Amino acid sequence: MTMANNTASQTEAPVFYLKEEHHPETGTMLGFWIYLMSDCLIFAILFATHGVLGRNYAAGPSPADLFDLKLVAINTSMLLFSSITYGFAMLQMEKGKIAGTQLWLAITGLFGIAFVGLELYEFHHLWHIGATPMRSGFLSAFYTLVATHGLHVTFGIIWLVTLMVQVSKRGLIPENKRRLMCLSMFWHFLDVVWIGVFSVVYLLGVLG
Amino acid sequence: MSAHSHAHDDHHGDGASHGTFKSYLIGFILSVILTAIPFWLVMDSVLDSKVATALWIMGLGVVQIVVHMVYFLHMNTKSEGGWNMLALIFTIVIVAIAIAGSLWVMYHLNTNMMPQMDHEMIKSFG
Repeated sequence: MTMANNTASQTEAPVFYLKEEHHPETGTMLGFWIYLMSDCLIFAILFATHGVLGRNYAAGPSPADLFDLKLVAINTSMLLFSSITYGFAMLQMEKGKIAGTQLWLAITGLFGIAFVGLELYEFHHLWHIGATPMRSGFLSAFYTLVATHGLHVTFGIIWLVTLMVQVSKRGLIPENKRRLMCLSMFWHFLDVVWIGVFSVVYLLGVLG
Repeated sequence: MSAHSHAHDDHHGDGASHGTFKSYLIGFILSVILTAIPFWLVMDSVLDSKVATALWIMGLGVVQIVVHMVYFLHMNTKSEGGWNMLALIFTIVIVAIAIAGSLWVMYHLNTNMMPQMDHEMIKSFG
């Protein structure tokens, strides 16, 4: 009796009393959008802090002494390229093409890694010449703002790799599509924040 | 075939709008132009006036943010029944108050500090 029951439960899919007939897309997407808006407030406060402390050099180096705008331009293009490649991944997802989605996600991830790598290289260089967060109010605000953004991109890459594994195991099921759409919003949102960073921190900083 | 197109319609009925290859490409090209101009202005010192350059940077930055919102984040007044836009407007108001308020208060605080505590004095201490 029990044996028969066991084999039956192994072969048949388990039946749940609570069935998720159709997960409403609007709920998750709107909720994620509100998360992004709250994240926006974090960046707003960091931008405000940078706006207040950005000229307090404490007789230390100024942005014009420190920043290499060519490096920043390359970094910006990395993020911009990753935005459009993520868009292509979403278009492939819409068509239901798993290989194409994975390919464009991988390219997006590589651009993201290049971005974080260049930022770490810049930080390492600045640190090496003595421009540490402890040096001045400007540098404290600079590292807090830019590193918070970089940390977001890093977590975005981890999320992206996780979703690539998910898609390779389960395919483009509705749940994975929903997750990919959330990451799409997260990724494009980070590009929007970066517009503020390169305009305010780097360009206006170097302008003096 | 009809079932597929029906499902497709349902998907759009969810309220999330999607881009097309064309819309992503337009957004990308506009972003490249809007990024290149401010970098060019600063790196080649095109304008004599620093204030004018700063205003151009901020103006182009705002335009580029709108371009990203429309072409990459697919913002419009209809998505999610308008709740997306409402949350965005609310956030913009809070962000504007936080940033403008901080700058305004701290600027006046600096201006009203003891007169001898200006930058030249701080530098001479350093």
